[in-house]
Amino acid sequence: MRLKFIEEKIAKGLMVVASLAVFAFVVNIIYTIFRRGFPALNWEMISQIPAGGYYNGGGGGILNAIVGSLYIVLGSTILGLLISIPVVFYLNVYLKKDSKLAYVARLAFDVLFGIPSIVYGAFAFTIMIYLGMHTSLGGGILVITLLVIPIFIRSMDEVAQQLPKDLLDSTYALGATKLETIKVVLRQIAPGIATATLLSVGRAIGDAAGVMFTAGFTDSIPTSLNQPAATLPLSVFFQLSSPNADVQDRAYSAALILIFIVLVISILGRLITNHFSKHKI
Amino acid sequence: MFSITVLSVLLVVLIGLGLYIKSVPIFEHNSFWQLISSSEWRPGNGQFGFLPFIAGTIAITFIAIILALPIALLSALFLTEFSKSYLKKWVFTALDILAGIPSVVYGVWGTLFIVPWISEKLAPHFVEYSTGYTVLAGGIVLGVMILPLLISLFVEIFSAVPREFRDAALSLGATKWQTSKFVILRKTFPGILAAVILAVSRAFGETIAVLMVCGNLPMVPHSLFDSCYPLPALIANNYGEMLSVPLYESALMLAAFLLFIVVFIFNASSRAVIYRIERKFK
Amino acid sequence: MKSYPYKNPSRATWAEDYSFLNNDIKNEEGLGIKKSYLKVSDLNIYIGKAHILKNVNLEIPDKKITCIIGPSGCGKSTLLKTFNRLIDDTEGIKYEGSILVDDTDIFDKKTEITDIRKKMGLLSQRPCPLPMSIYDNIAFGCKMHGERNRKKLNQIVEQQLKAVGLWEEVKNRLNAPASKLSIGQQQRLCLARGLAVEPEFILADEATSALDPISSKHIEELFVKLKQDYTIILVTHTLRQALRIADHVIFMYLGEVIEAGPADEVFNNPKQELTQKYLEGAFS
Repeated sequence: MRLKFIEEKIAKGLMVVASLAVFAFVVNIIYTIFRRGFPALNWEMISQIPAGGYYNGGGGGILNAIVGSLYIVLGSTILGLLISIPVVFYLNVYLKKDSKLAYVARLAFDVLFGIPSIVYGAFAFTIMIYLGMHTSLGGGILVITLLVIPIFIRSMDEVAQQLPKDLLDSTYALGATKLETIKVVLRQIAPGIATATLLSVGRAIGDAAGVMFTAGFTDSIPTSLNQPAATLPLSVFFQLSSPNADVQDRAYSAALILIFIVLVISILGRLITNHFSKHKI
Repeated sequence: MFSITVLSVLLVVLIGLGLYIKSVPIFEHNSFWQLISSSEWRPGNGQFGFLPFIAGTIAITFIAIILALPIALLSALFLTEFSKSYLKKWVFTALDILAGIPSVVYGVWGTLFIVPWISEKLAPHFVEYSTGYTVLAGGIVLGVMILPLLISLFVEIFSAVPREFRDAALSLGATKWQTSKFVILRKTFPGILAAVILAVSRAFGETIAVLMVCGNLPMVPHSLFDSCYPLPALIANNYGEMLSVPLYESALMLAAFLLFIVVFIFNASSRAVIYRIERKFK
Repeated sequence: MKSYPYKNPSRATWAEDYSFLNNDIKNEEGLGIKKSYLKVSDLNIYIGKAHILKNVNLEIPDKKITCIIGPSGCGKSTLLKTFNRLIDDTEGIKYEGSILVDDTDIFDKKTEITDIRKKMGLLSQRPCPLPMSIYDNIAFGCKMHGERNRKKLNQIVEQQLKAVGLWEEVKNRLNAPASKLSIGQQQRLCLARGLAVEPEFILADEATSALDPISSKHIEELFVKLKQDYTIILVTHTLRQALRIADHVIFMYLGEVIEAGPADEVFNNPKQELTQKYLEGAFS
């Protein structure tokens, strides 16, 4: 009989250990990178592009990667929004709740959500070859757009599905056209759009596999869509592969910069959801 | 709007088709069965045996699940059944951070911490020598990467169990742990299965973190301390040489297609399980 | 004052109800029956800042059906769930006062909660068969308390299924999942499950409100039959149910016990104006 109480105690202990393990991992990851990356961090890193011989110990920074990533994220976010918002509207405002198309569409988006970025990369690569594009900023934007469309659609759809039906009904009752209803719905799901954007940006900026063979890599900042673009994750990766220890340290500081950006985005996302869900149950 | 929606849906089909079409050339020389059962990978000689890569992917995913599943189950149970709400907030914040860390950073962490740990502290107990770039390293890093997904899914599933079930079991004199073991876990088993399938699907496609710690040797791994070469790493490492060697491109596209099919099937089956659960409650 | 058609002519007088203090009562065979004793003294329960139960003082009579009535949200369920300390897990809960079950204060640090819960069987509003077979459902409580003997478990399962009238209906499919039963059968199963651990009290929290009228009737008849062996405390939302089966009534309003006493007194001669108003249907 006492066995069950011993079992309870052991189980509780194991559970606490498991939960602590989660903390342990977070702390360990951030600490390991911080320890090696922080000393190598300096203003030069984020304000200069790599000089000649950068990967062998020469001077310069990773501005190429920072700006490259920025361009790609901006481009893909805008394109992604342009495509996803109409889709979400169509699914929730125009289609009936139980329409077959809506079901199939949502299923398709779930699948797209789960496709790994390397597959998107391979696919985009074949399209680029078909179109005669070389590895470029345009290619990078293409891949990341494909990657973030399902993320946008899924998050916004979740929010849109929770719209009270009365909202739509009363808007129609007042004689609004479908177009005018869209404006109303837009205002309602604005926080959902904000969180979706932040989620996508977080994902887009950290992705390496997709841009690997679509955006290429370069030491300069691209000035047109046809030029290759550097990205932060790939910058970390290539610096790490250098035999020079100094360059490797720079890789860690680049990784630190990347973590920092992602953390900031994550906190912003949290703040926004908390702010807007104050009125929710 | 209609057209955009339809196009986006068709994207799935497009991707599948596109990859398949690109893989076709390789089938002219080898049968499918040959491709996935041979271990010879010498693209220069036209030999494309996918077995090491498939085995490598399965190996690290398996290790990742074995490591992550107990931690995820136990901490999810702790969060929903045993802990106070302020603790929950802390753990969820930590999970959010884990989920947001980009995979290249996980790779860096892997090379800085896990690989040396295996090479210097763990492997000497078991084998003569290991570089540390091993199946085990890939499995650990992958495990930590899927942990946030598993835990958040589990917490959602466990919280959805109506209170009456816990009340009933507790009233009969069961302890909280007995309730968790016999009632909650039993009741949510299909959900747990669906979550694991989803996590496996995510793990299959993880590229760069794994690439940095697994050793990239095209051999079928025979022990935890062997190096391996998962499918996504294969594609990522060799895209540069793709166009120069005949059939190489087709082989890599076949690899991508395999990944696509597996992910598709897993996602679909996970959905099917969830659909059945939801139907039971209606 | 309006007189309520109180339909239980065979119930005992007030004095006999409260003779639990006299432990020498014997049944027909001359064997001593264990008397169950439940006394609530100065109970106050706070959840966070809200004062949920205020200065509750009660004694529950042995082997009778006690109905707790009152409008929704007045703390009836909370009181019931306090008896087996099920509300322990609610965030920010604080108790004051004591509840004596037989001779132990259930709030005492030294009492083992699972022992208290063994004495109390809970029947919830929504029937919730555990995710296992019919046999395992009934055997669950016994297994949790360490009973491993297969023969004994078989015996208990059969005995309790017969006690709730389910035996004939399910004896050939004891290994079928319990969720396949109809909702009325499920509730009876839950009752049998609770009885399997040999409690002294049966706590029923609006146990028939999710059922159809026929199943409700079955359950009510079961309660009347079972009160020979168990003390039954029933929280009910419908006055009519209390009128049908209660021996003893407690009327609660906003966390306080307004009136408590034998059923015909409370129904036909309520001492408090609030009780009178409730009985007339002024609020519910």
